[in-house]
Amino acid sequence: MYDALVIGGGIMGCTTALHLARGGMRVAVIERRGLCMEASGVNAGTLSLQIKRKELMPYALKGWELWKTASDWLGDGVGFHQLGGLTLAFTDDEAELLENKMRERAEAGAPIEFVHRDRAREIEPGLSNHPVLASFCPLDGYAQSNEIGRAYRAALIGAGVQVFERSTVSSIEKIGANFAVTFGGNTKQARRLTLAGGAWLGRLGALLGVELPVEYRVNQVSVTERIRPILRTIIGVVSDPLSTKEGPALGTSLVGTLTLKQSSNGTVLIGGGWQGIGDLDRGGYQIRPEYLIGNLRQAHYAIPALADARVARTWCGVEGHVPDFMPLAGPIPGVENAFVVGCCRGGFTIGPYLGRILAQRILGQEPEMPLFDPGRFAPAPLVDSVGAGRP
Amino acid sequence: MTAQHWTDLLVLGAGPAGASAALAAAEHGMDVVLLDEAADAGGQVFRAPPKSFVVANGKRIDPDFHIGASLRDRLAASRVRKVFERRVWFVAPGFKVSTFGPEGLEFWTAKSVVVASGTYERVVPMPGWTLPGVIGLGAATILLKSQQALPGETTVVAGCGPLVAAVAVGILKAGGKVGAVIDAASPGDWARALPSMAVRPDLLLRGLGWVGRIRLAGVPLLFRHAVVEVRGGDSVTEIMARPVDNQWRPRWDVPARAFQCDALAIGHGLVPAVELTRLLGAEHEFAAERGGWVPKVDEDCRTSEPCLYAAGDCTGISGAAPALLQGRLAGLTAALDDDRMAPEAFAQETSALRRKLQRARTFGAASARLMTPSPGLLDTVTPDTVVCRCEDVTRREIEAAFEAGAADLNQVKAWTRCGMGPCQGRMCGDTAAALAALRLGGREAVGPWTARTPIRPVPMETLIGEYDYEDIPKPAPARR
Ligand SMILES: Cc1cc2nc3c(=O)[nH]c(=O)nc-3n(C[C@H](O)[C@H](O)[C@H](O)COP(=O)(O)OP(=O)(O)OC[C@H]3O[C@@H](n4cnc5c(N)ncnc54)[C@H](O)[C@@H]3O)c2cc1C
Ligand SMILES: Cc1cc2nc3c(=O)[nH]c(=O)nc-3n(C[C@H](O)[C@H](O)[C@H](O)COP(=O)(O)OP(=O)(O)OC[C@H]3O[C@@H](n4cnc5c(N)ncnc54)[C@H](O)[C@@H]3O)c2cc1C
Repeated sequence: MYDALVIGGGIMGCTTALHLARGGMRVAVIERRGLCMEASGVNAGTLSLQIKRKELMPYALKGWELWKTASDWLGDGVGFHQLGGLTLAFTDDEAELLENKMRERAEAGAPIEFVHRDRAREIEPGLSNHPVLASFCPLDGYAQSNEIGRAYRAALIGAGVQVFERSTVSSIEKIGANFAVTFGGNTKQARRLTLAGGAWLGRLGALLGVELPVEYRVNQVSVTERIRPILRTIIGVVSDPLSTKEGPALGTSLVGTLTLKQSSNGTVLIGGGWQGIGDLDRGGYQIRPEYLIGNLRQAHYAIPALADARVARTWCGVEGHVPDFMPLAGPIPGVENAFVVGCCRGGFTIGPYLGRILAQRILGQEPEMPLFDPGRFAPAPLVDSVGAGRP
Repeated sequence: MTAQHWTDLLVLGAGPAGASAALAAAEHGMDVVLLDEAADAGGQVFRAPPKSFVVANGKRIDPDFHIGASLRDRLAASRVRKVFERRVWFVAPGFKVSTFGPEGLEFWTAKSVVVASGTYERVVPMPGWTLPGVIGLGAATILLKSQQALPGETTVVAGCGPLVAAVAVGILKAGGKVGAVIDAASPGDWARALPSMAVRPDLLLRGLGWVGRIRLAGVPLLFRHAVVEVRGGDSVTEIMARPVDNQWRPRWDVPARAFQCDALAIGHGLVPAVELTRLLGAEHEFAAERGGWVPKVDEDCRTSEPCLYAAGDCTGISGAAPALLQGRLAGLTAALDDDRMAPEAFAQETSALRRKLQRARTFGAASARLMTPSPGLLDTVTPDTVVCRCEDVTRREIEAAFEAGAADLNQVKAWTRCGMGPCQGRMCGDTAAALAALRLGGREAVGPWTARTPIRPVPMETLIGEYDYEDIPKPAPARR
């Protein structure tokens, strides 16, 4: 019998489990593949405050702080680098949009200032002369997402968490007040349950008999071979990927924005949420060459020296979201002692903090900042006991 | 604007398998495009010499040359569209293929695809193998065949399988010096292979002739030995060899022998090139004796995906002769499935082909077995030996990932960067997987790496082309 079972070993699940264990609970994480091999391990690793929506800024600042101090609480620095970041506007319309967006985000707490082209080119000598305006945030940086699975695994085991990998949860039953979770030939029981299945949260919710309106997107990322240093900041371009109320949101659009940076090993990572092809069964299995080209053109328009590089790899990862593109983090209405965490845009940056405040709630403490009520979508009436309503 | 092309059948790879497939399908009326990154058809064995290259006395070292020349003549006379110097970097079901080459970026759409992508070389690493002067046995055959150049002044030739003797003799014939020939197999291993090889007396005799020739030239010939270290400052100056036991484990208790040389040609067999079939979603299985992961194909070369066929060494190492026959079978099957052939005509045309293929495979299987390294050879990969040369990852780092709990190949890649470089793990993948298999119980358990696009690194300039800012698709900005 466990105090808590966490299903899904991405950033959200791993961090929640870690804090629960450190809070004194007996915990297990059950993960279908290896820890952090889906979105949490294949993402672009950008820790940029300039691309966070204003409502999430306080959380993003906390998440950023956690990555900066990862060696303290995670036991591994996971390649955190603070480079400073520039967001670019190439046209007058974009400049107006940039001013509006960044003013909001600065008001929300991110130390963002506006810089004109010449100043931008001092900050980033690799920059083309195309930008008409830029914003600068000295905090922007990145961490090596591919390394975090290893770090979390060591931390979880160090904290006494039992880690089940290559274990797909196939059913969740309620036995009295407890949850019985079956994976492979194994069934484990616990008093509390946390669903942290990323893009697969809808499926996990269904196992519990609740409807979580989770959809998914398939993001493309590319990396070049190692090349000489050609840029020293994180580069982005202005766009409004996070809005859903006015204008088309990135959530429904196939084309993305830009995130661009050169790692300490010389490779240049190019991403921004351009959509590849995939599904929940096969993951992100195919890239769209036309979007690779669009993304690369955008990058090259900002940093011309990229033309000398060769693209070494392109891949896709699957990311979950809900209709309002805000996170899920809190108790699942109607199922006592069941919680959910995930579906957070910029979830690599914010994930460690979401896991932490959810763990505070599960441990019976007051969360440091408000959670994100999974019941806000007023879904179809929830079943009152687990398993009811299913054949 | 990038060029767009349409065709009935795309054949990826113009080695013996791909060229034969293209010819067969075209004979039955299919519009066929044959793509290869090389300058002409022929593949690895029947590689065409550079167009500007004329041998003074008209005599060539390479006994296979005329087979390649006749294949190229038949292609020239056929309706196959031959498109060379094109690297395939993207493939998708449906079928969509993209290449880059002298015409820049091109996109191809086809109803059916034959994959005939051949193989890569396998080198089981040892300390110093990344020094300049060390080349693969296959690369050495290419130097000898297509440029008639020597790897060095004095070359040590080592590894396992028929290519060892072939390369040594190639060097001798070209007037070069061979410092030693070091074969991990024993004369007994070869003797056991002989009965199967006797189905091709011509090739068998050629092989025996090779051994005689090496002996005649006074070259030290060491059976059941392995190169355990390559030494040198800026490049190779010396190699160390040790006897190996029956598992090919180096015997550290026996003193090593040193051989001076300025080049080492070394190889431990071939690995099927399956990124194309994997990216196209075909099912694969692991077959050690055929070189590694291979697509599952039926007796007519159909993969698990409709209208996707595979032939030649990318379906399992078997050699050039079977590749020619299997390629033809794949081309005929594509024609049959596209209603270009009556089933009776197909049955008739393929029955003799299948018999020949069976025989050719018996020989191929025997030589493939000789090319398969025994697991003990992994002991030459000492803790400080670099396994992944692109990312400079040593065996010690890979073992540390296992200690930390990595339990499949993708996890090892994520944690160590092994296989993340521009070669996409073609050089280190097999070694990393073999090391993982030692720990985790079998190659099936550790799985293959996820295949990634691009299949070959693509210059950024090629991908972005000429563009205006307006050509970049953008999400419509929100009105806020
Ligand atoms: C390509 C890409 C690039 C991104 N770039 C950035 C970026 O630069 N910056 C940033 O801040 N954010 C970025 N993100 C977003 C960020 O990666 C995600 O928000 C975050 O990793 C989500 O974490 P998670 O734990 O919720 O989900 P995941 O990491 O997907 O974890 C969910 C886990 O649940 C497991 N699971 C599912 N079903 C089951 C089951 N039945 N049984 C057991 N386990 C199960 C899955 O295997 C998976 O490991 C990017 C996302 C992608 C896909
Ligand atoms: C380097 C090397 C040298 C060899 N030398 C010999 C030898 O001397 N004697 C011998 O008996 N056997 C040799 N072999 C073994 C040989 O591969 C087979 O016996 C035989 O050539 C198999 O024929 P195939 O048509 O299946 O493949 P191959 O002959 O290998 O043909 C595959 C073709 O696909 C093309 N190709 C693959 N991927 C791409 C891509 N992404 N884009 C564009 N084109 C692509 C390649 O350029 C190649 O022409 C060698 C193998 C290698 C790897």
